[in-house]
Amino acid sequence: MDSVSLIGMASVITAGLTIGIGAIGPALGEGRAVAQGLASIAQQPDETNTITRTLFVGLAMIESTAIYAFVVSMIILFANPFWDHVISKAGG
Amino acid sequence: MDIMTLKQISPDQVIFWQWGPVYLNATIVFTWGVMVLMVLGSWLVTRRLSSGTEISRWQNLLEVIVSYMQQEIRQISQKEAGSHLYFVGTLFLFIFVSNLLTIFPGFVAPTASLSTTAGLAICVFVAVPVYGIVSRGVLGYLKQYIKPTVFMLPFNVMGELSRTLALAVRLFGNIMSGMKVAAILLALAPLFFPIVMHALGLLTGVIQAYIFAVLAMVYIASATRAQQERAEKEEKGNGKEKGEVS
Repeated sequence: MDSVSLIGMASVITAGLTIGIGAIGPALGEGRAVAQGLASIAQQPDETNTITRTLFVGLAMIESTAIYAFVVSMIILFANPFWDHVISKAGG
Repeated sequence: MDIMTLKQISPDQVIFWQWGPVYLNATIVFTWGVMVLMVLGSWLVTRRLSSGTEISRWQNLLEVIVSYMQQEIRQISQKEAGSHLYFVGTLFLFIFVSNLLTIFPGFVAPTASLSTTAGLAICVFVAVPVYGIVSRGVLGYLKQYIKPTVFMLPFNVMGELSRTLALAVRLFGNIMSGMKVAAILLALAPLFFPIVMHALGLLTGVIQAYIFAVLAMVYIASATRAQQERAEKEEKGNGKEKGEVS
């Protein structure tokens, strides 16, 4: 197998694995955070504003780990340095 | 959405005009577009301000925005907004407007480029020590790096750097992913679903603008507030001791 198809195959598989595995943790975490936030709002409706704001900020922090995984998989798919290197070398 | 192909992940790669080594890419053009729009809009509105009971609807809009931001900052930092409003409010408005303008076809949000978001994050990175030093003095600010012990110094410095990186990548990743998902769906199922994903992208853009501003405010507040808390704690401690003595 030549290096172009090898790198292409590795990139596609790794990109799928990256976002697939990387989404598990944040999904569990966000689900737990939202469940807890809703329970707190149900207990203390007066504090809805504070809870919602903190919840949103916290969700963004949790979500950012999923976003990192997504960015890495996008880089692997669309701006892969190894792929570009091999293609430029093959092109001349 | 149309000016970027599926292969391009950043508006930096779309070049409008080139002359030798000098070139204008979509990020620069749209950043200046947003800036011109906001400056011209605010100038037009604030040209005829009135303090009476009759105010124009645009003045009303700006007053609502500014007072809302002041109120949010007050709730987060537990004191008057003051000069924090100018910095955090500017960040919020710029990200907010550039994310919302993506409803116009052909416009690419400048926040979908890592260069823009890195620039904004570096602004926060610089602003935090500036606000901290202004409110607590150089030594008072530097002292927070060796709390609780000296051994925490590398971790505090690393935390400062990594949260700047996180700010930049979070905003970039969210906006870019919204754009990319809409573009991919446009190629797969072009009839209805891209609109839904685009609406979701708008919601994400608003939330991300809010979160970027809130996080910047939280970082600034944590750099400026610690001293007050310590003073209050000492006061309380003194009171307790006095109570015990008496």
